[in-house]
Amino acid sequence: MSETTLPSPSTAAAPAITGASILLDTVTKRYPGQGKPAVNGLTLEIPAGKIVMFVGPSGCGKTTTLKMINRLIEPTEGRIVLDGDDVTRIDGDALRRRIGYVIQAGGLFPHMSVAANIALVPKMLGWSKERIAARVDELLELVSLDPERYRDRFPRELSGGQQQRVGVARALAADPPVLLMDEPFGAVDPITRQRLQDELLNIQSELQKTIVCVTHDFDEAVKLGDWIAIFNEGAQLVQYDTPERILAEPANEFVENFIGSGAGLKQLTLTRVDEVEVADAVVARPGDLATEVLSRMDAVGHNHSVIVDARNRPLQWLSRRQLSRLERVGAARDPRLPVVGNRATLNDALDTMLVSSVGAALVTGPRDTFRGVIDVDTVMDAIGRAHRHARTAHAQGRPVGVNTGTLEAVQASGAPGVPAAGLAGPERTRE
Amino acid sequence: MTDFLVDRIDSILFSSWQHFSLVVQCLLLAAVGAVVLATLVYRSPTLSALVNGISAIGLTIPAFALIGLLIAPLGFGVGPAVIVVAFFAALPILRNAVVGLTGIDPSLVEAARGIGMGRIRTLVRIELPLAWPVILTGIRVSAQMVMGIAAITAYALGPGLGGLIFSGLSRLGGANSFESVATGVVCVILLALVLDLLLVGLGRLTTPRGIRV
Repeated sequence: MSETTLPSPSTAAAPAITGASILLDTVTKRYPGQGKPAVNGLTLEIPAGKIVMFVGPSGCGKTTTLKMINRLIEPTEGRIVLDGDDVTRIDGDALRRRIGYVIQAGGLFPHMSVAANIALVPKMLGWSKERIAARVDELLELVSLDPERYRDRFPRELSGGQQQRVGVARALAADPPVLLMDEPFGAVDPITRQRLQDELLNIQSELQKTIVCVTHDFDEAVKLGDWIAIFNEGAQLVQYDTPERILAEPANEFVENFIGSGAGLKQLTLTRVDEVEVADAVVARPGDLATEVLSRMDAVGHNHSVIVDARNRPLQWLSRRQLSRLERVGAARDPRLPVVGNRATLNDALDTMLVSSVGAALVTGPRDTFRGVIDVDTVMDAIGRAHRHARTAHAQGRPVGVNTGTLEAVQASGAPGVPAAGLAGPERTRE
Repeated sequence: MTDFLVDRIDSILFSSWQHFSLVVQCLLLAAVGAVVLATLVYRSPTLSALVNGISAIGLTIPAFALIGLLIAPLGFGVGPAVIVVAFFAALPILRNAVVGLTGIDPSLVEAARGIGMGRIRTLVRIELPLAWPVILTGIRVSAQMVMGIAAITAYALGPGLGGLIFSGLSRLGGANSFESVATGVVCVILLALVLDLLLVGLGRLTTPRGIRV
């Protein structure tokens, strides 16, 4: 579909962005009989191919803002620009067929089979039967449901998580460049929610849509979002930034309260083990002489030695004391070895090392091969660095997000339309 | 009794058929009218309440009085019969259609609009199918009720089994008068049962599998 031609180094090797940029241009929504507007002069850029999370307390206007993008709620004033086209005046139904829409619990029609639910939009767009059938199967595979088993089921025969998946499949049916999600994972249990979030990230890395997602769960926003927009009453945009910067540099007390306690801990979920430097270790193999290993440890001043097997997978992690009791290193595998994969988050790594007796963990790479040792100090350094980096990194290429009320002067003297040049996504440390 | 039946079997069958046909046709008319009216008003709470009120009051009008009143402008025969039967048939259907349409989960309607279905398409593809079981229940209630009301229309010389009942009642104590009334009543009951069975079958055939209870 409408492909944007914004060259971005971070996505050069990745699949092409199929998403479209969205611009809300000084959009206001007033309901008759209400003094305060529900959304007040909001200008918001949503970069193509990114996930933007709208968070805020309930009733803050985040859902209203979302629904104005596909004009389920018509804005009272302002323009909506999709991929450079002003779509404020075009036929709303035609617009909505170009924009995927997912609501809480999937919103599946109970009187239609899974396949019929997914086929709705392609049917309206006049696709042929064969093309629709092929697309339905393709989408069910995409959301990890076996087409043979689930195609002809009815929504009530599915679990909550499965219904939500079909809801996502239905929204993606006609390959829309934009996906709007209104608290999509609010109605499922925490474990299912986490799996659905992971799946959404996988799907997104494949499809590179522009996804706008409303949530009241800040952790979900940090996990999924490339950008987070934090709203207060009347859709006042309080902060619009990357998760890293919001955690490191909350704009004000409202954001701090919204983040809640443990902002530092939340940052741990943003960095992965392979992004920090791991320490070397004295490596030995089964059958080596214990005294020889001990002397190598003396040479580098280490207190522990990692025993790996023939394919470089860690077997044991021995202290000096343990080694001094041995003549030769054994080949047994210690089942309680604290091991983390190098794609694990620092949060997972910290968790693993806290339960290990050593206060550190072994890092393994592809095929479980030994890569090095990570300890609490490394994690602390990484947090500090990320924190400093987030503070000093100026929001280059940061999408625009303001309310007219707060920046009256700028709006009056500046350009009314925000230049689209700022739409290129910034670098993200975890990409 | 047997003689009465054997002698008049042809006319009884004919009257039964006419009765049945009157009820089914009026029911069809009423269902279409009621559903159309319901789709016009269900979005407005005020209009919905108004319509519900009218249907509640309408049901309290004595059928006998209404048909008597209609004889003056419309004369005797099929005309007033059809109007009275269709009017009473429409009331429960109207009520159920409004309840059924307003009872649909709003998030489903929003989902339909959100994926680009227009108002009409949402109504035809989503709302009416989901409200259909409730509407059909209204039709079944109507069918039972107007079977009896159709008999009263014989007062205006309408078609059906009412003739047997009225002629029997008018000469109560006379020859075959009781047989005439009893035959009329029993036939009405039998027809009501047959129609109800047919409507249950219709429900099985027309209710989508996903919402069948």
